[in-house]
Amino acid sequence: MLATEQDIEGLHPHSADGTTPLLSLTGISKSFPGVKALSNVALDLYPGEVTALVGENGAGKSTIVKILTGIYQPDEGDIQIGGQKVTFPTAQDAGAAGVTAIHQETVLFDDLTVAENIFIGHAPKTRFGLIDRKEMVKKAEALLERIDARIDPGATLKDLGIANKHLVAIARALSIDASIVIMDEPTASLSHKEIEETYELVERLKAEGKAILFISHKFDEIFRIADRYTVFRDGEKIGAGRIAEVTEKDLVKMMVGRSVDHVFPKREPNLGGEVMKVAGYSHPTEFEDIGFTLRAGEILGLYGLVGAGRSEFMQALIGITKPSKGAIRIDDHVAVIRDPNEAIRHGIVYVPEDRGIQGAIKGLPIFQNVSLPSLKETSRRGFLRLAEEFKLAREYTERLDLRAAALDQDIGDLSGGNQQKVVIAKWLATKPRVIILDEPTKGIDIGSKAAVHEFMAELAAQGLAIIMVSSEIPEILGMSDRVIVMREGRIVAEYEGNELTPEHLVRAAAGITEVRS
Amino acid sequence: MRTLVKSREAILAAAILVLVAAIATRFPGFVAPANLANVFNDTAPLILLALGQMAVILTRCIDLSVAANLALTGMVVALLNTMFPALPIPVILLVAVTLGAFMGLVNGLLVWKLDIPPIVVTLGTMTIYRGIIFLISDGAWINAHEMSDAFKAFPRAVVLGLPVLSWIALLMVAAFAVLITRTPLGRAFYAVGGNPHAAVYTGIDVGLTQCAAYVLSGALAGLTGYLWVARYAVAYVDIAGGFELEVVAACVIGGISIAGGIGTVGGALLGALFLGIVKNALPVVNISPFWQLAISGSAIIVAVAFNATSNRTKGRVILKKAEHAA
Repeated sequence: MLATEQDIEGLHPHSADGTTPLLSLTGISKSFPGVKALSNVALDLYPGEVTALVGENGAGKSTIVKILTGIYQPDEGDIQIGGQKVTFPTAQDAGAAGVTAIHQETVLFDDLTVAENIFIGHAPKTRFGLIDRKEMVKKAEALLERIDARIDPGATLKDLGIANKHLVAIARALSIDASIVIMDEPTASLSHKEIEETYELVERLKAEGKAILFISHKFDEIFRIADRYTVFRDGEKIGAGRIAEVTEKDLVKMMVGRSVDHVFPKREPNLGGEVMKVAGYSHPTEFEDIGFTLRAGEILGLYGLVGAGRSEFMQALIGITKPSKGAIRIDDHVAVIRDPNEAIRHGIVYVPEDRGIQGAIKGLPIFQNVSLPSLKETSRRGFLRLAEEFKLAREYTERLDLRAAALDQDIGDLSGGNQQKVVIAKWLATKPRVIILDEPTKGIDIGSKAAVHEFMAELAAQGLAIIMVSSEIPEILGMSDRVIVMREGRIVAEYEGNELTPEHLVRAAAGITEVRS
Repeated sequence: MRTLVKSREAILAAAILVLVAAIATRFPGFVAPANLANVFNDTAPLILLALGQMAVILTRCIDLSVAANLALTGMVVALLNTMFPALPIPVILLVAVTLGAFMGLVNGLLVWKLDIPPIVVTLGTMTIYRGIIFLISDGAWINAHEMSDAFKAFPRAVVLGLPVLSWIALLMVAAFAVLITRTPLGRAFYAVGGNPHAAVYTGIDVGLTQCAAYVLSGALAGLTGYLWVARYAVAYVDIAGGFELEVVAACVIGGISIAGGIGTVGGALLGALFLGIVKNALPVVNISPFWQLAISGSAIIVAVAFNATSNRTKGRVILKKAEHAA
């Protein structure tokens, strides 16, 4: 199984020029109700080469990964491996054809051993059809050695650190003897040293002649380890070629040069006085020295890639996690925020990213969802007054143009966009000074998106200070007066006015410091 | 969803009526007001415990220690009564409620502060509380003649046609209805069970809320402990053995979602009444105790299946709406 020195020489990427692709996708289209995720895209992967797939969020990268691993079926188009047309009706079929994926969030079983995790679903069997533990451990040892991982195959997975779990996921991917390896943002949640180890591993896989699809937002690593690139934008293939023949500038241009498909509300920012000042906010592991100011009527965009520490910082800001250092001033006084109640009392509210998990409370009717953080105001002498709650809910849901049959309907009966409106109404009802919107339009339909954006503009016009966390560049550009960019737990840039361009944002978030030519 | 819950209660109420009518055809005396009052009085302990259990289940927890709590509190007050026969009833009640609430607090703190799964915590404390009864009583029974007359008479005293035990159950049902639907704590129970993550963001302390539910459940178990021991005029290690499962069953039949966040006081009351009627009526009409267990068991499965189906329909409704929107 292990390639000899000579094989490695023979398969060296630079001598692989002109080889035919091992895997070739042509004319792939995939639609979901209401969205065209992929439109007539093509993608080629070459043996012994790393192809970087780059694109903004929503470009269709994860859809293509799911098609390649048999989770989605394409509506149109062909998949060819080694010139043969193939289909992947199930994930097993993709595995059998030699396609394996290492996901961004490793999908492993915490309570099984390392060896069991590696071989789950295809464990070596004894003559009697039982799992051959000895053989399994032996094979696991060999695999782990091959990727230079010093992990005991008998250890329970949950006792391993995140980096080692990742190595187990890689070993699992290799255990099915794959010729095509997909790595979906493999370094997004790793530390610096672990990232280096991942690069070494990629080199090793290359040397073994695997065709690798490497999905990444980080330009430094793309230019370091990729041989080829393919750029997707809004579900279409924009460009492809050899990485040596392209500059970062070109790639960024291909990624962001999108047509404006969504009109943002025109705003005349009417900035008032400083409402909030954050200084030196730090956390032992997640972010460091975050500071900014916010004025009344301002929309401050916070941009950054997944894993940049944006949400972690916001959670500390409202007292869900504790910062190790830092101070907040609201107006002229220092605000001590140790739990979400204190944040609400100081007029800071947070509309979380995942409304299913963190926002809507199913089982409670709409009006009780809205009134939940305002029960102090709507109740009297410790008793709730449902009529007051109803009044509050009506006032704020009407302002958001909520479409619901009745306010005592369960929130679970609403569409995603309407649920988001209820969650936003809930927070507005607390009459905040500062509202933090974490990915306010993620996963909601285009109509609701426009309504949320319009409402944000209206709120800002009324003097509310807004922090909008978003990884969608058009949204950040369309809505923000000023943008701060976070990368690896720090603020790396701040732009406003003419400097506020998609190129600047992408470069700052990806950590491109100098212009390559 | 609200209307669905209400209709679920209506279905349960109808099922109870059908059951009572069926029994009446074979044994007309069963529906005599005096007998129905008796059945209610018999079911009062189950109702009391089901109320507390409901609060706990709403917050995504479970309290398996209620029956042991009841038995231990009952033993403690019985021992107190034998030692200090002059102790007035209000003091006995206060001791019972406080001791029960304390045992609930122990459960709540273990769940809250140590993050131990509720089923494990209360399985453990259930055994511990039973063990303590043995330690303080040496395994001996306390019989009727050892208890003071006032001690035994309180739950049986008839006020306005009903025994005090029944009145306490009715009072607690009313108090719980207010607590659950009209106080921030009651709302917090639903929020914590419906979506604990979202509850945190709205400033609700999930652990504290769960702990409060356990204290309520414990206090009710303690109160019921005294009433039980006084009514049956006996206290020993094994009283109300296995009763916790009947309590949980009452809640499940009453439509309290074991996954938390869904349920009403009316549902808990009806669930308890259903089990109480089955238990009281079947022996009267000469149906073997086996059928009694089988009927209770089937009722649980039917109730859970009904909940599951109604949740599925809910999913379809969302999709339909999403389609309309798109």
